[in-house]
Amino acid sequence: MSSLKTFTIGTLAVLSLAAQGAWASENIKGEEVAVLTDAPAVPPPIQRKHATKVIVNLETKEIKMRLADGVDYTFWTFGGKVPGKFIRIREGDHVEFHLHNHPSSKLPHNIDLHAVTGQGGGAEGSFTAPGHSSTFSFKALNPGLYVYHCATAPVGMHIANGMYGLILVEPKEGLPKVDREFYVMQSEFYTKGKYGSPGLQPFSMAKAVEEKADYVVFNGSVGALAGDNAMKAKTGETVRLFVGNGGPNLVSSFHVIGEIFDKVYVEGGKLINENVQTTLIPAGGSAIVDFKIQTTGTYILVDHSIFRAFNKGALGMLKVEGDADKDVYSGKTKDGIYLPEGGVIQEISTKEPKLIPAKTLEDRIAAGKRIYESSCFACHQTNGQGLPGAFPPLAKSDYLNNNKEKAISAVVNGLEGEIKVNGKDYNSVMPAQLLSDEEAANVLTYVYSVWGNSKKSVSPQEVKAARKK
Amino acid sequence: MKHYQRWILAGMMIVLPCLARATDRVLIPAGEFKMPAVLSKKSIPVKAFYLDRDPVTNKEFLEFIKLNPEWAKSKTKRIFADKNYLNHWSHDFSYEDSRYDKMPVVQVSWYAARSYCFWKGGRLPTIAEWEYVALFPFPGGPPLQSLILEWYGKSSEWPLPAVMSGPANSAGIYDLHGLIWEWVEDFNSSLVTGESRADSALDKNLFCGAGSAGAADPSDYAAFMRYAFRSSLKAAYTVQNLGFRCAQDKEPL
Repeated sequence: MSSLKTFTIGTLAVLSLAAQGAWASENIKGEEVAVLTDAPAVPPPIQRKHATKVIVNLETKEIKMRLADGVDYTFWTFGGKVPGKFIRIREGDHVEFHLHNHPSSKLPHNIDLHAVTGQGGGAEGSFTAPGHSSTFSFKALNPGLYVYHCATAPVGMHIANGMYGLILVEPKEGLPKVDREFYVMQSEFYTKGKYGSPGLQPFSMAKAVEEKADYVVFNGSVGALAGDNAMKAKTGETVRLFVGNGGPNLVSSFHVIGEIFDKVYVEGGKLINENVQTTLIPAGGSAIVDFKIQTTGTYILVDHSIFRAFNKGALGMLKVEGDADKDVYSGKTKDGIYLPEGGVIQEISTKEPKLIPAKTLEDRIAAGKRIYESSCFACHQTNGQGLPGAFPPLAKSDYLNNNKEKAISAVVNGLEGEIKVNGKDYNSVMPAQLLSDEEAANVLTYVYSVWGNSKKSVSPQEVKAARKK
Repeated sequence: MKHYQRWILAGMMIVLPCLARATDRVLIPAGEFKMPAVLSKKSIPVKAFYLDRDPVTNKEFLEFIKLNPEWAKSKTKRIFADKNYLNHWSHDFSYEDSRYDKMPVVQVSWYAARSYCFWKGGRLPTIAEWEYVALFPFPGGPPLQSLILEWYGKSSEWPLPAVMSGPANSAGIYDLHGLIWEWVEDFNSSLVTGESRADSALDKNLFCGAGSAGAADPSDYAAFMRYAFRSSLKAAYTVQNLGFRCAQDKEPL
């Protein structure tokens, strides 16, 4: 009994000494200036086998930028973009941090790095008036992927306006080598107008307090990781995503449609889970996910709280080219686990929404483009190319161009069952879209006007006639 | 002109004969109010005092410097104003941009602002006075809070709009919200609770996790930002969106 006790205490003492000595034993050699990157880029892996002094310069700046097409927002940023710059250091490094607040800033800012052990995570040492700089330093004691954010009162508002980013503290032995690394950060925005309301949208505190987000996005804006901005990779490569969640309020159910995470560094820490479909990322938390890509396709990143993906913007893309492996995926069946819907609320409304009728063809096309980009692009894709096997194309589509009535009907009455588009079979469901005659006419006229389609125009009267009585 | 204003002006002529005409100062009636976004629910009494109708402009500040050259850009010691003091002025005694005439002067330190007010026969307003007047509504105008938050939601403009471009509040005071921040006499004792607290205890209100702990009404973000801003300042700092206006005691009759 007593010998066991002694043994246990002895072991504990040795273990705790070892733990304390782990970081203290490493000497700092040399110094370097940290390379910082804007999402989705990630600074290169650290090759050093020793700790060093790392100098980080980060600027806070308040700027007006695009939140969605036709929608602007005054973002408060770390480094001029949302999310803020990615910082990459190594366990044991001594970091000298310089926070510069741009002279044009209206507000003071500071930084709380979750990688820091000490008062306020650095917030106390970095509180900076506009046009001034602050310096503090810290030792990177724990490896992991950490969120940083502004912590100036009112904290919620500074975070809600875009002040967050990620800092990676690599373990001494480094992370296993992969072919491509990307930086993805989810967050939500609360605006005065509802999703898609055009113009410069002010922050809505009431919605933020009630946690009713208008926008849930990856990398700071709707479409920041879609279409031309999609991440790119090749078959056979292993991809690593450093995923953060800036919040301010919502937890992310992070999922990549059509892929399984081979490895998840749970919550950005040391624990590795394998073969994961969806990983939970808390507000103010992170995860690292690794997966090998076996075949071609467009893999869709979503927050699987799925209305956020298809109605609020939480949708990104990883486009993979190379050799398709028909054995892994035949390409002829569709992933029918759930049916994404457009951005329009699917319900029967008793009152007609009031709309200003479009005056000219240009007005109609412009209004239609906005509807397309909030309600249709998730399935039919940004350039109407559709998704093979699941969603038919609208670009140069024979189904669309040969028969206007059928096209109108598909939008307002929905469409189900087998159809042939440009010689390919589709068997899917398109839900009826809750659009007014005016809105449906706008979006159809827009679709006809682009991507090599027949330039037909659709009037509200034609839509009215096509509705099922 | 009201009778008391005439009296004040006459008084100033006698005391400070070298002065140009002072900016219009408005008599603010005595009252008490609950400071927004602070823990203490106690009403704060405010004595009647005079407050400038609008912020001090570049033109007015230039007059001061011409008569008090020790406050010129190149002459001012760093301990009284940081190196960006008046950095939008081209020279010590001119700024060569007529748009600046009606623009509120910014990039001035607390020391410089204070000296100007003393020279004008006044002083800087206290936090309590400033916040008290800032609560006066706009008759028929937008709610205060939305007006303030709208300003935070816009990026900075340069040059700044002219003073008195917007409406006056019901006390007859212009530009307290939506144009610039303003220096106050006791800026570094922000987040007061009614009892005097040591400055060292103030910082706990400013950082993560405590950002709203001290707020009577956490939703009063608009006021919170002013306290946070004031707390980030030091007396020698100059900031692109920070100017000032003067106040004056009401002489006991």
